[in-house]
Amino acid sequence: MSNPIRLKKGLNLPIAGAALCEVTARVAPDLVAVKPTDFRGLVPRLLVKEGDSVKAGTPLFADKKYTTMVFCSPVSGTVDAVIRGEKRKLLEVRIKSDGKNESVKVDIPKVSTLDKKGMTELLLQCGLWPCIKQRPFGTIADPEAEPKAIFISGMNTAPLGADYEFTLKNDVEAIQAGIDALNRLTSGGVHLSMNAQSFAGSEFHKLTNVTFHEFAGPHPAGNVGVQINHISPINKGEVVWTVSLPLVAVIGRFIREGVYDTRRIIAVAGPAAVNPSYVEVMAGVGMKQLAPYFSDGDIRVISGNVLTGETVGREGFLGFYDDLVSVLKEGDYYEMFGWIKPLRSKKFSVSFAYPAFLRRKKYNMDTNENGGERPFLMNDVYGKMLPMDIYPLYLFKACLAGDLDKMEQLGIYEVIEEDVALCEYVCPSKIEIQNIIRQGIDLMMKEM
Amino acid sequence: MAKNFFDKIRPTFSKGGKLAWLHSSFDAFETFFFVPNRVTRKGCTHVKDCIDLKRLLIIVVIALVPSLLFGIWNLGYQHSRVFGLDWGFWQMVWYGFVKIIPLYLVSYIVGLGIEFASAQMKGHEVSEGYLVSGFIIPLIVPVDVPWWMLALAVAFAVIIGKEVFGGTGMNIWNPALLARAFLFFSYPSKMSGDAIWVGGLSKALAGGTPWKGGEVVDAISGATPLSHASLDGLSAAGTSAWNLFLGNVPGAVGETSVIAILIGALLLMSTGVASWKIMCSSVLGALFVGWLGNIGGVTDIPCWEMLLMGGFAFGTVFMATDPVTSAQTETGKWIYGFLIGALCITVRLFNPGYPEGMMLAILLMNTFAPLIDHYVVNANIQRRLKRAKTV
Repeated sequence: MSNPIRLKKGLNLPIAGAALCEVTARVAPDLVAVKPTDFRGLVPRLLVKEGDSVKAGTPLFADKKYTTMVFCSPVSGTVDAVIRGEKRKLLEVRIKSDGKNESVKVDIPKVSTLDKKGMTELLLQCGLWPCIKQRPFGTIADPEAEPKAIFISGMNTAPLGADYEFTLKNDVEAIQAGIDALNRLTSGGVHLSMNAQSFAGSEFHKLTNVTFHEFAGPHPAGNVGVQINHISPINKGEVVWTVSLPLVAVIGRFIREGVYDTRRIIAVAGPAAVNPSYVEVMAGVGMKQLAPYFSDGDIRVISGNVLTGETVGREGFLGFYDDLVSVLKEGDYYEMFGWIKPLRSKKFSVSFAYPAFLRRKKYNMDTNENGGERPFLMNDVYGKMLPMDIYPLYLFKACLAGDLDKMEQLGIYEVIEEDVALCEYVCPSKIEIQNIIRQGIDLMMKEM
Repeated sequence: MAKNFFDKIRPTFSKGGKLAWLHSSFDAFETFFFVPNRVTRKGCTHVKDCIDLKRLLIIVVIALVPSLLFGIWNLGYQHSRVFGLDWGFWQMVWYGFVKIIPLYLVSYIVGLGIEFASAQMKGHEVSEGYLVSGFIIPLIVPVDVPWWMLALAVAFAVIIGKEVFGGTGMNIWNPALLARAFLFFSYPSKMSGDAIWVGGLSKALAGGTPWKGGEVVDAISGATPLSHASLDGLSAAGTSAWNLFLGNVPGAVGETSVIAILIGALLLMSTGVASWKIMCSSVLGALFVGWLGNIGGVTDIPCWEMLLMGGFAFGTVFMATDPVTSAQTETGKWIYGFLIGALCITVRLFNPGYPEGMMLAILLMNTFAPLIDHYVVNANIQRRLKRAKTV
């Protein structure tokens, strides 16, 4: 066991409304959606039409470029609606569950007999390949690439993030099966990063065929990108794959039982959440079914965490990779002399420009921007939020300038949006840093 | 009440309203009173820290207040000393107050006027950067500077120093120092010599107005202890280290009192608004060169006294640390600060004709800060390339 890697930079956001460690509901699926927009750079080709009946595991759409990569229905029922946006862009495929929960049954060969090609084909055809993401750029893994290794983060440091030790405590065997399967895909091994504080007592301690790493420190220490940067940084030309731990369990369940089973325990949390706690749902669950957990009034329902998640609204659906629904109050109010008040007891700032000794433990954060957008001015705040050997400000500016060479030299391969989300949170100039990185990555992908 | 007022007039300034072209100005005033109701957008973090630039810059202004207050008193004190007046405390303060207010009016009216106009033209929000620059400028120019000269200097600093580069955040040089440099090089006769640092003295000299007392020569030689002390030591200049620390010596309004500046420095460092690295390394650089000069026989002044003299302390705390024009990398900040301190003292030691090196040291290092950063960032790039090769 290696020594824990201690990270100092970053911030654990003191946001109120953390989920209590208790599963308060098991939601039977009603209307669910699969959203091609959850997958970066995906151009989908629709395989079903409205009214078709599907089972859990029936392909709904496929990747236009890599046609054997399919995306499946998580439930059995009928295709209720195909939602398209501008230029007929496919946004959602909605499935109305019939409540029978029938699955496409797949015969699973013995994992140890499969080579990389065999395992790849198996995961592609069952619709679980999209669980595997690729760095650089955070796209779905290219099935033909040779990854240096596969990395899994076993710690969730994101604000209000689901506690894996709780949500996956009954899934250790499935995770083991998933890890065994992933091991067939790479010669570099599967790396699992754990929280140094709780690792000794963790259920995941028992896992085998995996290289453990221990991390300690505030968010974003739990981001797999940060962990990779400290374990084996990505160089130009290299590819690594990442899978989130809940999805390893989904892969494992498929390997063990041969069915596409995307059940997961998610957290519903946040300052505007009623009774914040855990809920067992299917992938793509509709927010309507979680309505009892949302308070009334003008709220924002986010699939994912408050730093990187996507606003889906009360009518929306859970994202493919997400295991958290965050609920915030909208902050469209004026605050008189807010910035000049000596104290601002209801708002959190990481800056000592607001007296730190009066800080409370948790804050009811909302979506107010707390200021207007300005040019980059304070240059030292970003570095304190990114525990990597990267000069964030210079990387942002290279992205803004669209300078591909500079972006490459300054480490664009090593980050995706979630890694710089905290930089955006603390930015006093209110600059949309994640969008800057997103545009930089999009430009890189287009030019490569 | 104020809310109702803004709500009422907002349509006039919004798109389609009669005064829509004044939207930037309306926005500037409204956001002064109210943190706006804007919410986070798509693809961004949904929550944001409650810090904003207004807050950070107001901290700098607050940190400058002790220097200003002391400077106001000191203006009156120096005036009464030189002219042999028997003034009480409040008389001195009143004199300083009357002297400084027009400078602030000129600085803010001209500076903010240009900022508003330029934001208006670009359709941007008005940036708060000038609040600090405008507060600093009256503190570092001679108090008797003609108002039109100051207005010209401010206009130069804001237009040529800032707006042509794209406004706040894009400038290469510290705008406040640029204003001072403009005055210094454009009107050298008004900006150097002994008399300019005491309120009313240059006018008195020019007009031949007699003043009381036989200590005229002393008074004048005391006017800029720095120029005399540079080579001969403080007592030759008729002052002491304690006076310099306290600040009851002639000089630019804000820069004389090291103790007031230190209060500001404490605030800036404890809030993290200004970089402690730059301040520390600048002091180290000054001490180092001062020590070299002392043991090398260039000067008799102990190196620590150098820290108390002239504009060094003020420049180190309030101008070298300007986040826009200083080095942007943490390693770079150490180098940048050290070189500022070192250069400042070097100028003092070897150029008796121009004893105040701080302005030029900072402007020069502002110029070279991107170069320092370039090498620091390049080291990071090289690390990354090397890593790629070794694998």
